Amino acid sequence: MNFNPIFLSLRLAATVAIILSALALPLAYWLAFTRWRGKFLLESVVALPLVLPPTVLGFYALILLGPRGTIGKLAQNIFGHPLAFTFTGLVLASLLYSLPFAVQPLMNSFELLDRRLLDASAVLGANPLRTFHKVILPLSWPGLLSALVLSFAHTLGEFGVVLMVGGNLPGITRTASINIYDRVQAMDYSGAHTMSLLLLAISFVVLAIVYAVNRRVWSPWPSR
Amino acid sequence: MSSTPTLSVNIDKLFRSQDSSDFRLQINLQFSPGFTVLFGPSGAGKSTILDCIAGIQVPDSGRISLVDQVFFDSESKIICPPQRRRIAYVFQSLALFPHLTVEQNVSYGLFDANSADRSDCVERHLRAFHITELKRRKPRELSGGEKQRVALARSLATDPQLLLLDEPLTGLDAKLRAAILQDLREWNETKRIPILYVTHNREELDAIGERVIAIAQGNVVGSGIAHDVLDAPQSLPIAQAAGFENFLTVTVEELRSADGIMQVILLPSTCELEIPLGAAQVGDKLQVAIRAGDILLATEHPRFISARNVLPGTVESLETRGTLVVVNVNAGVRFVVHVTPGAVRSLELQTGMTVWLVLKTHSCHIVSS
Repeated sequence: MNFNPIFLSLRLAATVAIILSALALPLAYWLAFTRWRGKFLLESVVALPLVLPPTVLGFYALILLGPRGTIGKLAQNIFGHPLAFTFTGLVLASLLYSLPFAVQPLMNSFELLDRRLLDASAVLGANPLRTFHKVILPLSWPGLLSALVLSFAHTLGEFGVVLMVGGNLPGITRTASINIYDRVQAMDYSGAHTMSLLLLAISFVVLAIVYAVNRRVWSPWPSR
Repeated sequence: MSSTPTLSVNIDKLFRSQDSSDFRLQINLQFSPGFTVLFGPSGAGKSTILDCIAGIQVPDSGRISLVDQVFFDSESKIICPPQRRRIAYVFQSLALFPHLTVEQNVSYGLFDANSADRSDCVERHLRAFHITELKRRKPRELSGGEKQRVALARSLATDPQLLLLDEPLTGLDAKLRAAILQDLREWNETKRIPILYVTHNREELDAIGERVIAIAQGNVVGSGIAHDVLDAPQSLPIAQAAGFENFLTVTVEELRSADGIMQVILLPSTCELEIPLGAAQVGDKLQVAIRAGDILLATEHPRFISARNVLPGTVESLETRGTLVVVNVNAGVRFVVHVTPGAVRSLELQTGMTVWLVLKTHSCHIVSS
């Protein structure tokens, strides 16, 4: 049994989860604390991947990352090849695809923070960056963990976007979900079973961690 | 002393609401070093005033300055952010950082100091507020009084030029409150900074007992020493907040300027009352506030008595609250009267009994609504 597709999926999911959490922090912070009335527009854009068919997202990503797309042309100049059908291309498309799964948990935990704690920090002389570092972040780590884990799990299970942007290149873009599809097509049901069971188990463990943390099954930090 | 820090606050801020009841905060106040109490009912705008001084909220227009530092000036468009105002602000919720220990909370504002100065300053403030032994604890492991001490120590450790306190001692018993206030007074003996203390609690006000500014519905409605402002309240919300229990509506029947009184009719009954002369015309409707403890009860019609108002009524209920009995008397209008349990026993007060209410003229305070 070739487990490369599983390792590729895990590598993709981990890369996307880490990059995305870093990108989502400032975005969620801005969305949670801005007084701009038009913020609902940006909120809608962030939530789009939740409702769009992955093929639509994948199609636009393919256009964008391909040899005629803006990003594809840029990559052509830098790397000498466009990004479609590469691992980097998969990462970029997945960042878009899993964006709401990183932004929303962070935004929720920022919005639940007691605003008076932020006021207290400011009155005690801290600028917004210090307040973020010393108060907001330490008190939002369940949200950050949710963001990491949910974007990891969501990327792990994606199919349509990968197929559109990455195709099905062994070792480069053939992820576990695509591999399962291949095996079913080839009537290799036992192989599909093994792969599916592995994905199911990983997803369950990952989600169990998120729920345990958010329900505070164990409580290693002070209650609020 | 020209170096005396003086806070000058001129704020105009309109809060629009969905229904038509917009709230407008409009005040112009000066504060000198030492305690000033901002007193008034909930929703009067007291906390908003503190928020504006601290820079957490921004007024629509006005000017806020402390000695020569301008915090806010709508004309020259100056808005100094809160972190540059060097103010200490203790919120009603205290807002201790739940993830930090007592020691870390107190040192939070000292990030500019070197580590030796910082730990020295933290030690001093932990000692001054008697919380040294708690320094390794998290806020959730503290009692209410301990949290309040930590919040004060954290604010004062930053060497502020102004201290804002928003009901910081609410919920403490009188002894603990007095002890914390004493610590605060001692701290301010050397600093001599203005301390603005917001409360709607009459007991807390009495414990501080200094200059009072009464605020109702976004406006200043009285100022002076506590006794003057609260025992002769000028407005209905202040009388309510100051603990007056009886509010009567009367119409003016006759003015007797020579005696300094006026004759009024208690609505909706036809009882006559004599109250102090106020700026009113015959036929005007007025609100009168009377403390439940200023009303006497008699079981027979009293004669040979200096009090001018004697009203018959029926006891509707008796309710013991600690060392106080609250008696509800119906005299056409419902009165609340406070008496001692001993008085209830010697008068053999019971529900349904006929009694006479005795009101001194000067226990009746005219308040504007």
